[in-house]
Amino acid sequence: MKLECENCGHEWIHQSELENKTVCPECKHEIELQADVSTPSLERDIERVLEEHSAEPSSLIPILQTAQKKFGYLPRDVIENIAEYLELPVSKIYGVATFYAQFRFEPLGEHMVRVCHGTACHVKGADKIGEAVENKLGIETGETTEDGQFTLERVACLGCCSLAPVMMVDDTAHGNLTREKAKQVIEKYNEVES
Amino acid sequence: MSKKKVRVGYASCGIAAGAEEVYQALKKILEGHELDVDIEKVGCIGMCHNEPIVEIEDNEGAHTYGNLKVDNVKELVEKHIIDEIPFEDKLITSPSEEYDYFSKQRKVVLRNSGVIDPESIEEYMKRDGYEALEKALDMKPQEIIDIIKESNLRGRGGAGFPTGLKWQFAKDADSEEKYLICNADEGDPGAFMDRSVLEGDPHAVLEGMIIGAYATGAIKGYIYCRAEYPIAVKRLGIAIEKAQKRGLLGENILDTDFSFDIQVKEGAGAFVCGEETALMHSIEGERGMPRPRPPFPAQKGLFGKPTNINNVETWANIPWILRNGSEEFSSLGTDESGGTKVFALAGKIKRGGLVEVPIGTTLREVIFEIGGGIADEKDFKAVQLGGPSGGCLTDDHLNTPVDYETLTEAGAIMGSGGMIVMDEDDCMVNVAHYFLDFTQEESCGKCTFCRVGTKRLLEMLEDFSKGKGSEEDIEKLKEMADKIKKHSLCGLGQTAPNPVLTTLRYFEDEYHAHLEEGTCPAKVCRELITYTISESCIGCGTCAKECPASAISGESQEIHVIDQDVCIKCGACQEVCPVDAVEVE
Repeated sequence: MKLECENCGHEWIHQSELENKTVCPECKHEIELQADVSTPSLERDIERVLEEHSAEPSSLIPILQTAQKKFGYLPRDVIENIAEYLELPVSKIYGVATFYAQFRFEPLGEHMVRVCHGTACHVKGADKIGEAVENKLGIETGETTEDGQFTLERVACLGCCSLAPVMMVDDTAHGNLTREKAKQVIEKYNEVES
Repeated sequence: MSKKKVRVGYASCGIAAGAEEVYQALKKILEGHELDVDIEKVGCIGMCHNEPIVEIEDNEGAHTYGNLKVDNVKELVEKHIIDEIPFEDKLITSPSEEYDYFSKQRKVVLRNSGVIDPESIEEYMKRDGYEALEKALDMKPQEIIDIIKESNLRGRGGAGFPTGLKWQFAKDADSEEKYLICNADEGDPGAFMDRSVLEGDPHAVLEGMIIGAYATGAIKGYIYCRAEYPIAVKRLGIAIEKAQKRGLLGENILDTDFSFDIQVKEGAGAFVCGEETALMHSIEGERGMPRPRPPFPAQKGLFGKPTNINNVETWANIPWILRNGSEEFSSLGTDESGGTKVFALAGKIKRGGLVEVPIGTTLREVIFEIGGGIADEKDFKAVQLGGPSGGCLTDDHLNTPVDYETLTEAGAIMGSGGMIVMDEDDCMVNVAHYFLDFTQEESCGKCTFCRVGTKRLLEMLEDFSKGKGSEEDIEKLKEMADKIKKHSLCGLGQTAPNPVLTTLRYFEDEYHAHLEEGTCPAKVCRELITYTISESCIGCGTCAKECPASAISGESQEIHVIDQDVCIKCGACQEVCPVDAVEVE
């Protein structure tokens, strides 16, 4: 959160959430944080996201990206806060956010499974890999498993074309897949969880 | 003996194949033996088909080892580093032999990729990095532009517009506030050239941009990079910070009056943002939709100011041209186009990877000499160039030199450099459907012909793949494709029908087979094929267990049967059958 020292007027970004007191990095004056602790944490989190960006229209996409990183998706409250911050209508924020494939408006599963459907993967059987993962997880592409563990998506290209077919689980790419290998990859993540 | 150097290929492909595990294992063993060897992570070595790759450089030169697993690391170290004998099992090439994969290539853009640690500015500078910038700052902006013009460098993003001319327009635009953009929104499925350059040699792109800014008078630059490339974004951030610390970016660059800075903007997953006007809207925080040109970005671009926009690979060529001269560069290519082009070679090829060849090299040389031909003893059928905007060429075109004009004449495009090789098992109706499915999904919706037209085309192709349709429909398809090309505002719509038109031009027979005979010659289109189990079935039951539709039945040790009404034709049974008893007709 952004703080201003009541003694010397120095402004800085305070990181820790847990303390109820801190000292000004300039004049070492002690500051009580009571008021901030009582604000709901979602609001505080949103504030923190907004503080990282200047309030101008070209910040919109970076703000949406930071917010999504923080919350996993873009809840309505967050969108409204962004609109207020940038002094833009909520409809405008939704207009931009829904245009881009990256943004989502529903919570995601714990693990993100992205099956690559780039050209190289397509000619090497990406459809079959997608089906195998769908069967394994018991969901369709675009859905999240009931236990909230996995969300399955198709992506246009991950750029690891020489290892086709490829899928990415969270930030790790798995290449040269067969149906069997794809299923094993999912199992591995399941095991780690349990 | 000089100190040995160990380099681990650490680009996205390498990491996906397990480079991190290999690197950690190597480090541990080297430390365990207390060996005085430098080990570092480098960018893409270019031989993606052999990842993970480790290069060991000794007195003789670089030895390349590939397809390494953690289990091989101990033996590799003991043999090559301790006993100084090559570890033949995993050796791909050594300095004493000429390796086809590299001997036909000419590295200009990729000269540092896989050689230096991309996170170290010192290593870039050791290889003449930022020397071109120093040279440029002693010249007049117009002199630089003249050199770029003479070099015959053309835009590597696909359209091939002469770069020097583009810079001239930006320089001549009258404004105090001008911008520069590096288009790193590499969206074509099957293309990863720009990603590899950014991951392997980010400073080359920065140096090119700083020179471009000085020549055109830009005050600020943006790199618009795909969000799907997290490693590239990270390495660019590190590179920018290090360049700023050394006074190569920021106020008064190298103690001159010239100031310029660069910011990275992450894309948010929209293919159309590769189009320059859409990209600029996206940077401004708007929906990434294109607008009519003129005015061109050089007159009215980002934030309404004159803007020069070039692709990653174009920028990475600039320092080389200034260091080596325009003549050296133009002599590498053809009369119309200088230098080299990087291609991402993938698909049904033996040796896929990142290849860089002089413009004018033939498709045959790239696919058969560098790429080693088709994998699994199959026959070459087609090569797809330029992604969803490009086209499929056949073996009649293998002697076609790759340059902008000849490829366009043949119905494909140079494009950004994706080169996907296809074999006899690929159905061209399916390929056309695949690309159109992509462009239809990515159409921003602004132009009716693109928005509705691609949807209608896709529906027709869907029918074709089910054997539905007539001769008349093929004519309708051609007519509609022509209209979409003519009446769309931006490159996406103008080129979206290309994959359909080229497959129709060169593989019309295949379309007829689908429509008239109701067969798919490559046995891909599901509605037109049937899976059966032959008498060689041993009754092991593996297929029945694998079948997601539970369509297979049979007693143990007896021939199994597929229930055609239930079968979803996914082919899982064929993949798992130990005796190849599943046949497809």
